[in-house]
Formats: sequence, structure tokens, C-alpha cells
Amino acid sequence: MDFLTLIELLDSTVRSATPLLLACLAGLYSERAGIFDIGLEGKMLAAAFFSAAIAFMTGSAWLGLLAGIGASLVLSVIHGLASINYRGNQLISGVAINFLAAGMTVLVAEDWFSEGGRTPSLEGSARFGPIKLPFADQIADTPVVGPIYAGLLSGHSVLVYVAFAMVPVTWWVLYRSRFGLRLRAVGEAPEAVDTAGVSVIRLRYSAVIICGVLCGVAGAYLATGLQANFTKDMTANRGFIALAALIFAKWRPWYALAACLLFGFLFAIETRFQNIALFGVPLPLQLVQALPYILTVVILAGFVGKAIPPRAGGEAYVKER
Amino acid sequence: MQKMPAWADAILVPLISLLLAALLSGLVIIGIGEDPIAAFKLMVDGALMRSAGWGYTLYYATNFMFTGLAVAVAFHARMFNIGGEGQAMLGGLGVALACLYVPWPHWSLAILGSCLAAMLFGAAWALIPAWLQAKRGSHIVITTIMFNFIAASLLNYLLVNVLRPQGAMDPATAKFPEPTHLPTFRDMFSTSETILFRGSPANVSFFFAVLACVLVWLLIWRTRLGYDIRAFGHSEPAAQYAGISPVRITVVALLISGALAGLMAVNTTQGEAERLILNSTEGAGFIGIAVALMGRSHPLGVFLAAILFGFLYQGGAELALWTNIPRELIVVIQALVILFTGALDNMVRMPLERLFLSLRREG
Repeated sequence: MDFLTLIELLDSTVRSATPLLLACLAGLYSERAGIFDIGLEGKMLAAAFFSAAIAFMTGSAWLGLLAGIGASLVLSVIHGLASINYRGNQLISGVAINFLAAGMTVLVAEDWFSEGGRTPSLEGSARFGPIKLPFADQIADTPVVGPIYAGLLSGHSVLVYVAFAMVPVTWWVLYRSRFGLRLRAVGEAPEAVDTAGVSVIRLRYSAVIICGVLCGVAGAYLATGLQANFTKDMTANRGFIALAALIFAKWRPWYALAACLLFGFLFAIETRFQNIALFGVPLPLQLVQALPYILTVVILAGFVGKAIPPRAGGEAYVKER
Repeated sequence: MQKMPAWADAILVPLISLLLAALLSGLVIIGIGEDPIAAFKLMVDGALMRSAGWGYTLYYATNFMFTGLAVAVAFHARMFNIGGEGQAMLGGLGVALACLYVPWPHWSLAILGSCLAAMLFGAAWALIPAWLQAKRGSHIVITTIMFNFIAASLLNYLLVNVLRPQGAMDPATAKFPEPTHLPTFRDMFSTSETILFRGSPANVSFFFAVLACVLVWLLIWRTRLGYDIRAFGHSEPAAQYAGISPVRITVVALLISGALAGLMAVNTTQGEAERLILNSTEGAGFIGIAVALMGRSHPLGVFLAAILFGFLYQGGAELALWTNIPRELIVVIQALVILFTGALDNMVRMPLERLFLSLRREG
């Protein structure tokens, strides 16, 4: 494999890692606040459809993004209602949200566009086009640095940069801000937060809403950045892979970046190579596909460093009387 | 003291939840510019007014009974087995191996063998998540989700590279030999004058599903193991104090759950397709969640809910055939049922409890 192929592979890694990263950080906020969310997939899917649909109608990717975030937020609020107000099972709520999105997107797509559950192709300003970083053309020919800067770092859509910027932002919010301290506390010991006079319900809702916004951006990137339309079930289990990455990262932002890049790299390999051989032994493609899931189970099993979820995760908080 | 009479808990709450789900589904149909009343009529006509419609309804219901029971048994031990889909896929592998490599003389023996294989393979696929939950505390929901995907990749690999007959294009096994073919309802109930259940896939495994409902009821409410499972589900510390091993109950309950999910494959793989195909489960593992929630994890409830979902599935197919309503409407209805009977259960329950309390105070 030569240097340019490697750059191409890494470039494609960045692209596939972006939706994973956004969804993974979304899950991080929610789960750190004690709300399990297996509905990431559904929220992304709903956002992907509505962003593509609105972007097509208005010709503006930004309005599409807003619509996507809105759709994802609606599902977030349903999840919040079920798991915060009505103290329902958060996992069951997540399952319901995934199905709701899977069904509604196709239903509405058929009604609006009659194209077999997809949206028409997006063109021009209805998509998030690539952004060329300054001087990318000038130094593209410089050896080593040129391809890395022009080929790998430059030329992504704005949402990719947003996603990667969200990692330090999340780190700062979580570990350096008052809100973050409270957020982490509410996921570990909500009764302590309540005793301190801080509203558990409000904190958990803000986490769920941040999660909705980030899933919305992830979905919008899928349909208006990575691809140029919405297709049925286009999230293709990315929500679950993001969940896997979250566990892999043990609910920490920088590790989440590493995990998402790793899983994105697997995606990139899977799309680029049809035959992979490791030390002369041909690897089945299906094994590469299953690798994120297998790795997650291994991590969960605690053989390679134990992944301990937030202590109050999955449980509704009932005020003591 | 109970807040509500038992009948309200068992019948009224699910019924109201179902009504809410139906109401919203109706609104969705109006939203996409179709007539919900006409759509419902069409569904009833297509699924219940002809014997062939019933043949499809009961075929789907068979799948949902098995997967619904699978989820229900795990629910009794307060575990959420979301891996029915993967366990059913592996069950299909077991059925295919049993049918292809054992020279069965007659279907009645073949179905016993394939049931055994389906249960073994389904249970085996639940074993690792079960063991990890019991011994290492790995969350069963996450591991079973992961195992669904791993199962899909494994099956894909086996069908494409190992089990596909030479020269065949589509990823599927060879057709099962003739003696393993199960009698369909048409074979069983048609007389020489009238042909019933024409062209529909319902087959003898439906009766196995009904039998499974009865056996699960016996297991949960009439055996020591069932008592242990329920005790463990109600309170783990109390169960432990009473000498019930949490590890044993967790593993055993999930093995039973996986075996039940695996059994679904007898219906789809041996009964209908007569070969193992990719995606033979068609999401039935997930519908089991809705069925178990609606049926309140009781075998009778699961039986009724499975028939309801069988009706929805067949009716949905009819809608997709005759109107502009896509099949995905069923996915929406399924989501709403899970949402209202599962996650938003308290939204219906809390006001009802208040109502019954105030009635009791007056009375």
C-alpha cells in the first residue's frame, strides 16, 4: 500500500467516523446523565430524512439541518417523557423510537415524493459541500505534508469539522464546567444532586436535548453531506455502532474519538477492499463487518479493561418523600 | 393493598394502550392522505375474511408466538432479551443443518429433530450473553444487540461461502429434501370438494407454537424453576436469600428464551422457505418485544397478541398491494404499541390507578 492510498483510506475514515462520532457524543451526554439511549439510530434516521426533504424543498442545506435537528428533538422529547416523567423502561422506549423512525421516514417519504421511500437527489446549495482550507492548493504538491493537508485535512464538509470540534468542547463541558459536573453527578447519584437543590428532571432533560441536537447533526450529515439524498434505512446500524464505540470509550470524549476513528477505519477498509489477507490468510469481509460488535462484547466482558457504565444509568429518579 | 383490581391491570391497561396506538395510527393514515376506516376494512378483508388470509395471519402469528414467548420468559427474570432476532437466525442454521444432513424418513420425525436443533442453536447463541450477564455483569441488552449483528455476519458468511450449493447465485442453502417438508394447513384441512388455505404458508408448526404457549405457562406458574425465575425477577436479593442462585437463573432463563426464539425458524425455514435464506427472520425477533409487552408476559396474552400482530402483518401486506400505504405502516403501529404498552405504560396506568383509588374511597 503506497502513501497516497493510505491518505485516501484515512480520508474515507474521517468521513465514515463523523456520523459515528456525533452520535457517540450524543449518547455520551445522555448516558452520562443516567438516561440510556438505544434510540440513537432512530433519531439519526429521522434527522437524515427531514434534513434531506427540507433541503430539497428549500434548496438550503442549513434549513435542512435545522429540520433534521427538529425531527431528532421530537423523538428526544418522547424519550424524555417516557424515561424521565413516566419512569418507563428506557431501553424499551429506545426500541420504540427506532421503529417509529424506521416506519415514519418511509411513510412520509412515500407520501411526499413517491420515489420508493427515498428523497430526490440533492444538488448545489442543498448539500453541505467540501470546504477547502486556506493554501490547500498551493501546498498540495509538497511531499508528505501536501497530501496530508490537502487530501486528508482539507476538503470536508463543515459538519465534519463541527463533529471533531465537539470532542474538546464535550471534554470541557463535562470536566471543566459546572453543568458538566452536575451532569455527571446526576448519572451517578441523582439523589445527591437532588439534595443539593438542583433539579434532576431539568438536568436530565437538557442532556436528552443535547443528545437530540447532536443526533440531528449526525443524520443531516449522512443525507446532505456524505450522501446526496435520503434512502430507506440509510443509517445502516451506525447508531448501534456509535453505542458500541461509546462503551469502547468507557463514556469518555477523547476515547470516543479514538473508538469512532477505529470503527470508521473498519468501514473504510470494508468499502475499499474486497479481499483482505492478514499474514497470508484471507479474511472474510463479514468478519471485518462484525469486528466492531465483537470488540464491544470483548470490552463489555471486562477482559480488556472493564467498562463500567454510569451508576444510575437506566433508572428513573423518584424523589424521596 | 393493590391499587387496581387484577382485571384492570391485565385487560384494561393494555386495551387502552392499544386503543391509543390505534388512534395515532389512524391519524398517521389520515396524515398521508388515506382513509383509515377503508384501510382497516381492507385489512380485515385480506387477513380474516378468507381462509388464505387466515393462513398467512396464522403463519406470522406462529413466528410471533415463539419470539413473544422468548421475550416474555426473559421478562419474568427481569431481563430484556433483545437478541431474539439473532437467536432465531442461528435457530435457522440449526434447522437447515438438521434437514440437510440427516436422512429423515418422515416429516413427523424431521420436525422433532429440527425443533431440537433450532432450540440448541438458539440457546447456544444466548449462552454467551447470558454467561457474561451472570458472571461479568455485562449488560444483556447491549450484548444481545451486538450478537444480533454478529449473527447476521456469521450467517452471511456461511451462506455465501460454505452452505451455498455449487453454481447457485443467491446466498441460500440447497432446497431441503422432500421428506422434511411440513404439511401445510391446505394439506391438513382441505377436502376433495373445497380447498382451504390455498397458497398460504401456515403449517403444522403453528400447533407447536400453541403447545409452546401451554408449556411456558406450566413452566412459569407450575414448576419450581418457574417460581425461581419469577422470584428472581421480582427481587434479586430476596431470591438470593431464599437460596436461588442468580447465576443459574440468569443463564437458564436466557437459554430457555434463546431456545424459544430459535424455534421460530422451524416455521419460516422448514415450513415455508424449505431452505435457509438470508434474512429469514424478517424482524420477527423484534416484534416479539411488542407481543410480550402487550401480552403482559403471560402465555395467553402472548398468544392473543401474536394473532393480532399476525393480522397486522397480513393486513399490512394487503394494504401495500391495493393502496398507496406502504408496508412500513406496520412498523409504525408496532412502534406505537411498544411505546404505549412498554415505555409509556405509566401514562395510562397512573390516571387509572387514581381513578380506581377514588372509586374505592367512595364505595
